[in-house]
Amino acid sequence: MPSTFFTASPQWRWLIVAYFFLGGLAAGSYVLATLMDLFGNRRDRRLTQLGYLIAFPLVGLCGLVLTADLGRPERFWHMLVQSETWRPMIKAYSPMSLGAWALLFFGGCAFLSFVAVLAERGWLGWPLLRRLSPPALAGRVVTVIGALLGFYVAGYTGVLLAVTNRPIWADTTLLGLTFLISAASTSAALLLLLGSWGNVSADSIDALERFDASVLVLEAAAIAALIASLGRIAMVWLNGWGLLLALMVLGGIALPLYMGWRARGPRWALRPVLILLGGLILRAVIVFSSDRIT
Amino acid sequence: MAEPMGFFTDTTVCIGCKACEVACKEWNQLPAANGGVRTLSGDSYDNTRHLDGIHWRHVKFIEQFSADRREGRWLLMSDVCKHCVRAGCLEVCPTGAIIRTEFDTVVIQSDACNGCRDCIGACPFGVIGINPASGTAQKCTLCYDRMKVGLEPACAKACPTESINFGTIADLKKMAQARVGRLQDAGERRAYLYGTDEAMLGGLNSFYLLLDKPEVYGLPPDPKIPSRNLKASAVWSVLGAFAIALTGLVNFRNRGGRDA
Repeated sequence: MPSTFFTASPQWRWLIVAYFFLGGLAAGSYVLATLMDLFGNRRDRRLTQLGYLIAFPLVGLCGLVLTADLGRPERFWHMLVQSETWRPMIKAYSPMSLGAWALLFFGGCAFLSFVAVLAERGWLGWPLLRRLSPPALAGRVVTVIGALLGFYVAGYTGVLLAVTNRPIWADTTLLGLTFLISAASTSAALLLLLGSWGNVSADSIDALERFDASVLVLEAAAIAALIASLGRIAMVWLNGWGLLLALMVLGGIALPLYMGWRARGPRWALRPVLILLGGLILRAVIVFSSDRIT
Repeated sequence: MAEPMGFFTDTTVCIGCKACEVACKEWNQLPAANGGVRTLSGDSYDNTRHLDGIHWRHVKFIEQFSADRREGRWLLMSDVCKHCVRAGCLEVCPTGAIIRTEFDTVVIQSDACNGCRDCIGACPFGVIGINPASGTAQKCTLCYDRMKVGLEPACAKACPTESINFGTIADLKKMAQARVGRLQDAGERRAYLYGTDEAMLGGLNSFYLLLDKPEVYGLPPDPKIPSRNLKASAVWSVLGAFAIALTGLVNFRNRGGRDA
């Protein structure tokens, strides 16, 4: 038996699955908004604003979920400040330690972009805040730093799982990559879903759909590589979890790709919902299939 | 720094009395499982089953019987935190609650721990667990409080057969090698030491004399430090980020000159 099978489960369960999913959506939405800001055109503004608008509430929710999962929630700040010396608590080689800081600063950027959009939309009567929105220089700086932190937040969760000694998690180095790509596909799906109700240009939606289709292909490749990297250990998925993973690939990647390729005419909410469900199931399978091995 | 201290556990003389478990619970004021309601494992004479937040010592019963139970052997091993020189728990702990002491042992400071449980998954031996009384991760401290006043750990003090030996790592290694030599000379060719080799996590400050493969005792054959996966995971993730950014660039930029 591989050495990872002699360890104990940290009992990270639904709250952590929820965090991996919501954190991916928050980070992905922000990154997508920034990518559109950088590379897109002025018609994408509505979709971009939507990305910034949903990132901040989601990252706030992430903080709550993570705190709720702690054995001692009132000590959540021990991740950032040493409780005895009041010095900053940071370990470059601990993904959870860096992740706590990344989440804090990403949350800060998401907040700035959030209020900038509120000002842009005229919901917040402080026009100066609009400078925090691209193409103003301050806005560019905030969103690019935020997007870099967003990439970190989207991927570090998979790296965190790899930097343990648990079965499956520590038996591959591709979980960070897989989670990061899945964060992009699910957040694009969320923007498509919400964008179809908002006043978003059809051109933007088309571009985002093309983006999402490309990312789904990448995601399928990442999952295939993940399984291959596990080698014989992938045999532990010859059970209900493996079946669920197969269903996720079929229903959350293949089917949406097929629907996107065939679909003409009215836009359908089913496709993004399938992608979102797929992202949630992917994380649940990774987390729970390892948890069951003692 | 004081000299590195640790345990040498000679499993060949363990009689499975569990005095060490009891002494550990008493000294460290660890709560009973299930609020004191007795639960039996049902398939073993051992009802502790594993180390966790309220069991810092655990006498493993490895009960090997033939189907008709005519032949059998008992392997007994008092298991405990290995106080690894390169400790996975200490490496990942994001609050700094896990420290290395002046005795080269690894201790979780319960007042700093916030119960994130990263250390539980990082430990190569499955030693750590949450103590429901504190809500924090806990494990053997090698009786840090007793050591500070010159006392030996409670389990070693209570062990009636000297299966658990406490002392400086240098002395314990000498003692262990001599014991293996004696057993080998007496014809017990299977005897060997687990955890003395520095190739294993820099050496375990709690090491064992075993008579069978590590797996038989529920010990990992090749325990590793969690950060072994850090670099490759990070590199793959960065490549993924570039792939996503590139996909964004290709799909979002200058789409047929329809810019308003």
